[in-house]
Amino acid sequence: MTPELNENRDDVVESSVATVEVAPGEVVEQHVVELKQSTTRRIGTSAAFIVLGLIAAVVLGMSAGSHSTSFDLNGSQPGISVPKFSVPGVGLIVVCGIVIILLGAGHLVRSYSKRTLRWAGIAAGILFLVAFLTWAGTEGKQSVQVGSLLQQTLFLATPLILGSMAGLMCEKTAVINVAIEGQMLFGAFAGALFGTLASTWVGLIAAVAIGAVVGALLAVFAIKFTVNQIILGVVINAFALGLTGYLYDAIMADNGTGTNQPIPFSPIKIPVLGDIPVIGSLLFNQTIITYLMYLIVIVIDVMLLRSRWGLRTRAVGEHPKAADTVGINVLRLRYQNVIIGGGIAGLAGAALTIGSVGTFNKNMTSGQGFIALAALIFGRWTPRGALGASLFFGFASALQVALSLLATPIKIDSNLLQMLPYLATIFAVAGLVGRVRAPAADGEPYVKGD
Amino acid sequence: MTEGPDLGKRPEDEPKPDLRKEEPEAAPEAGAESAAEGDTLLATQESGDRTRETIGEILRSDHPAVVTVLAVICAMIVGAILIVASDEATRNAAKYFTAAPGETFSAGWSAIKGAYVALFQGAIYNPEGQQLLAPISETLVYATPLILAGLSVTLAFRAGLFNIGAQGQILMSAAFAGYIGFAWHLPAGIHIVVAIIGGIIGGAIWAGIAGFLKAKTGAHEVITTIMLNYVGVFFINWLLTESWFQAPPFNQAVSRTIDGNAQFWHLFGSDMRVNFSFILAIAATAFTWWLLKYATFGFRIRTVGANQDAARTAGMSISSTYIWLMVVVGGLAGLAGVAQVLGDANNYQITASVDGGVGFTAITVALLGRGTAWGTFWAGLLFGALSAGSGQLQVATATPPDLVQVLQALVVLFIAAPGLIRLVFRLRRSKAGGSAVLAKGWNG
Repeated sequence: MTPELNENRDDVVESSVATVEVAPGEVVEQHVVELKQSTTRRIGTSAAFIVLGLIAAVVLGMSAGSHSTSFDLNGSQPGISVPKFSVPGVGLIVVCGIVIILLGAGHLVRSYSKRTLRWAGIAAGILFLVAFLTWAGTEGKQSVQVGSLLQQTLFLATPLILGSMAGLMCEKTAVINVAIEGQMLFGAFAGALFGTLASTWVGLIAAVAIGAVVGALLAVFAIKFTVNQIILGVVINAFALGLTGYLYDAIMADNGTGTNQPIPFSPIKIPVLGDIPVIGSLLFNQTIITYLMYLIVIVIDVMLLRSRWGLRTRAVGEHPKAADTVGINVLRLRYQNVIIGGGIAGLAGAALTIGSVGTFNKNMTSGQGFIALAALIFGRWTPRGALGASLFFGFASALQVALSLLATPIKIDSNLLQMLPYLATIFAVAGLVGRVRAPAADGEPYVKGD
Repeated sequence: MTEGPDLGKRPEDEPKPDLRKEEPEAAPEAGAESAAEGDTLLATQESGDRTRETIGEILRSDHPAVVTVLAVICAMIVGAILIVASDEATRNAAKYFTAAPGETFSAGWSAIKGAYVALFQGAIYNPEGQQLLAPISETLVYATPLILAGLSVTLAFRAGLFNIGAQGQILMSAAFAGYIGFAWHLPAGIHIVVAIIGGIIGGAIWAGIAGFLKAKTGAHEVITTIMLNYVGVFFINWLLTESWFQAPPFNQAVSRTIDGNAQFWHLFGSDMRVNFSFILAIAATAFTWWLLKYATFGFRIRTVGANQDAARTAGMSISSTYIWLMVVVGGLAGLAGVAQVLGDANNYQITASVDGGVGFTAITVALLGRGTAWGTFWAGLLFGALSAGSGQLQVATATPPDLVQVLQALVVLFIAAPGLIRLVFRLRRSKAGGSAVLAKGWNG
């Protein structure tokens, strides 16, 4: 788009100008142009901010108790502890609410760019949560256990993060993976079974291996037989649910101690890092599965943008024909990534059994694979986005448990509370994320010469 | 998959009912038999006998009916392997396999036979049962919500949408229809109609939200319908703790009982659970068939599903199609909820599990039905028969009833991969193959 055209339009912002050399000696100026929200949409978005701020300031502020809220940042694990601290409840709530309202008003007046808007949304969400937690503690009976809340968040988010990374591996090479749920279920089952028969480590390896096998199944049907991939995922999920349930009844139900009693992994404390107050016991006193999760997220995030494998993967996901033309083996790369993805999903399943309680139960994933899938889409098919979305879901579940233990100023029905993360996701997907764009070739089988 | 004129209903697509009902008694060797039969037919083709040549041609092609039967046979063979592997008597006999190999085979055979006979007796006909038609009645009771919810998923598929939210839609519909059923007291006849309409509205609202968000903000329906499922589950759980909803003495999570006026009447006497909701399922199938084949709106659905750009160029509004489609889709799933709560499936009460896991099975039903209304109907009957059989499986044998779920998934897996069936049975590719299911990737 040429600069002249831009001058006539007031709904575009030019965010940066760069020069690119398209041919030797021929330099072209590139204008990166971003579309603003339309006026009606902008008013709607700002109104949503302002309503949220008003809820925080007025509803929470008015109904809050008269005590000040004390926060406890220490988790349940031993380590260097920080003292509890108290804040004046109502004051903090009102301040948070006003800041949210100002964020909304800012958008109304100055129209944020998409990127700023997303950050403003995240900031408003966090502020609202701070206000809400403060409100919950204003009865002054217990302190708000922020430390253990965050610990639970990480614990509950770990399988979701791994699951969404599994989905990411597949979908970046344009194979849709709806079967995360099934792969997790198989992983959880294998982890418990082999963890009991041999050792927990064997269980871990078995979980990854069976996940990879299911990934290979997905790959063969999707790539070789070009089956519709969404259908395939649903069928694999049904198959996993049926088969693990069948085997549970056949092998585990009557002989639990012999087949379904693995010893779960115990947390390993990393020297030095584990001694940092608050963060140390939260992040660096975890089981091996959590450390593997850190590693996988970092490796995928770095490799996807900065390695030959990542470039090829993205090329195959966006335009397989072009990738094929320059000599990339499209099908082999897809097989490889889908199988690795399956292994990661198997690890996610292992996190549910040998990573936490140990024993396997029928349908114990209970839809977490689908939540991981939602986190992947929510996170716009990026590793960091998927990580953030998974942490959000984990936090929401942890919050629900934490609040049920706390004497809040108004008793909240736990069922209505449990709805909140899902409602929040709907609002976020509708309001902030909007039309997401998957890798261009996602779900399309590649047939050479087609 | 996108050939335009072929999108319409092909009557020969529908698998024949007689083929399906015979399946549960077919022993695994049937696979070997039909393969051998195919070979002889191939041999006789050379002699030039035209009739036989035609039969051979059909048996050798990947005609949907042939593929379906072969998929069922393949699933039963894999199921047989599972049964043998998990059967304790067989495993014990296998310990002295070298000494007496015959015993392993006979133990394995009796386990396989026991399981499949039990499935058949639970679903079709039980010579030892008191009521000869009771198994059929059970099959129809299980099939009714599967057909209705399956139609809902099928219709969404045809527009390229993926409705994972049947569970939530069924729950909301059950809540609406159930509340009208027990709280309002209307004259006979009117009451049940009002309750049915209430249920349809409940489902339609729930799916309509997803359709509205998809049309207006682009929120992906897979995410919104999954999230709405969870919201629906917690909503029902909440209702079941409220005193105006819960049945006294308030110690169990069940609702009050539906008025007699709002209960579906039994078709064959009160001994058998099959009720008017099955007629509703037939009517809904006919409606969906008509909608897809003859209605203008059905044409819009199919066009949007096949090619959005073409639909837009032709002046169709994509967003209004999505919204109204999801309303109809939700209404169909709502009928499944109505069948569950006003029919004799759940004791005329609403519970947290009133959906009976139908929401997810409905997706496989819709896949087996290949995106056509009557295909979904027969697929629902087959899966209903398997579900009814699983009860007898649990009563009569040591085989875990989850076998049925494995069989269901395997049938669809084999069907979903016509390439695999073609490969195994060396069938020829024919024009009749393929499916009208149009759900594509996230970008479609």
